Amino acid sequence: MNILTLVRQVPDAEARVKINAQQVDLDGATLVIDGMDEYGVEEALRLRESGAPVEQIIALAIGPKRNEDALRTALAMGVDRAIHVETDEKFDAVTLSRVVAQVAQAENASLILVGGQEADWDSQALGAASAERLGWPQLTWTNELKLDGETLTGRHDVDDGNESFRATLPVVVTTQQGLNEPRYPTLPNIMKAKKKELRKDDPAGYGLSSKVRTVNAEIQTRARLNRMIDGKDAQAAAQQLLDLLRNEAKVIA
Amino acid sequence: MILIVAEHTAGKLAKATLEMVTAARESGREGPITLLVLGQNIAAVANEAAAVADQVLVADMPELATYNAEVWAAATTQIAQEGEAHTVIIGGSRSGREYAPRVAVKLDAAYLEDATKLSSNGAALQAQRYTFLARVTETVDADGLVVVTVKPGSFAPAPPAAAAGEQYDVELSLPAARVEVTGKSVEKSSRVALTEADVIVTGGRGVGSPENFSRYVEALADNLGAGVGATRAVVDAGWRPYAEQVGQTGKTVQPKAYIALGVSGAVQHLSGMGKSKNIIAINKDAEAPIFKVADYGIVGDINEIVPALIEASRK
Repeated sequence: MNILTLVRQVPDAEARVKINAQQVDLDGATLVIDGMDEYGVEEALRLRESGAPVEQIIALAIGPKRNEDALRTALAMGVDRAIHVETDEKFDAVTLSRVVAQVAQAENASLILVGGQEADWDSQALGAASAERLGWPQLTWTNELKLDGETLTGRHDVDDGNESFRATLPVVVTTQQGLNEPRYPTLPNIMKAKKKELRKDDPAGYGLSSKVRTVNAEIQTRARLNRMIDGKDAQAAAQQLLDLLRNEAKVIA
Repeated sequence: MILIVAEHTAGKLAKATLEMVTAARESGREGPITLLVLGQNIAAVANEAAAVADQVLVADMPELATYNAEVWAAATTQIAQEGEAHTVIIGGSRSGREYAPRVAVKLDAAYLEDATKLSSNGAALQAQRYTFLARVTETVDADGLVVVTVKPGSFAPAPPAAAAGEQYDVELSLPAARVEVTGKSVEKSSRVALTEADVIVTGGRGVGSPENFSRYVEALADNLGAGVGATRAVVDAGWRPYAEQVGQTGKTVQPKAYIALGVSGAVQHLSGMGKSKNIIAINKDAEAPIFKVADYGIVGDINEIVPALIEASRK
């Protein structure tokens, strides 16, 4: 079986995000492989290491040139090869799922791993939309995964707690914190990764046309009171805070 | 028509459903507001739904006894097609954001995810949503058939409509669920649910220990009738269950007051609570980033300030 793992290159959580011409501008921001996707890369490697009959692990990125770095990270972690559908045009997750589905079919993948919610578009849609296009079931917010032949078992979070599940491949799985602890690429593996295939695909071949337009983007600004209370006298500070909450903010009785 | 898929638990309509009705009313989209209630033994929910909608479609079937993404997507799609809906609104819960993309693909519709505001601009439906760990507000729009998920807590719950809506039973032909649920653990708390709470008390690593978490965070929450939250570090350390986690990988909350005890304020945490009306931070580290977003801050020792707060809030 082949596993397809999706990656994106996103701003580091601490990076400053700028707006330019009503669009998010990442020029100068520190960019990293999306942590949510990294769990998926790691899990693919672990499934193979645990003895599952995984022939190839393929990393896929769709988007601007910067995603090459995410693919290089995935290659250095241990995936076999990478595909980059390079485009500067902005597409929403449901549109991008067309690429995922076509690549999954062409690469004969029977398991797709993708981050539960990416740190750039804050969307949870890519996994589910890809599953629908392929006619596969999906398991979202997975924090435990085992593969025995074609049978996938594990645990995932749902609205009111968590569930254990069983499903038969092919399946789309979305990943999250708790699933594993992603490995750091070692220097020898980083060197080896340079020789691995990173194929560039022409986006025109995938028939993409976004139904969603971005009209505007604004940095969140919310003025906060930033009222500091002296904490040296604990009793007085507690009383002052409660008074403010009762009488000024009016949030407690 | 505007089709809304009702959310309900334990035989009661969820607050999120009333919020979606407000979103539909504010969207500027035309046509009757139709609530679709999926489940089994849901007559009471349907009656509640009728109070706020123009019409209620009730699919009361054993196949709908428990939620499944593929089944919910199929049900919603069938009704949207038969009713020629131009707008489908689904809750921005974990499950809603799981099956809504499938509906969008099935209907070949545009998908506006996790909207916090809706309006019409000519033929286009315009939505606001947060991106980049909730640091950016994006405005997006789409023409024609649109599937929207609505972020919980973003719209006021709708008051009852002037007249109760008609109820109709519907029959659906549904696919079999392919994911087998082999076990379930419901994380129940005796306290008010985080997403519904007016006041939340959250503890971070600065609280010191699991024992201190009970002694300070839970005790203060109980005095204030508040929900209890935790940071990722606290959950990772095994002090608290994941159900209490607030942040990018946990719950998004926007209470009237968010009291952060020993919370440093990582961006991923801020993305889950940054929209709270009032943020109160208590931390001994004056440089902690949480103070930058706080309305009220106390630089001080949790071990001294919180017992004083608990004592004072008892009076």
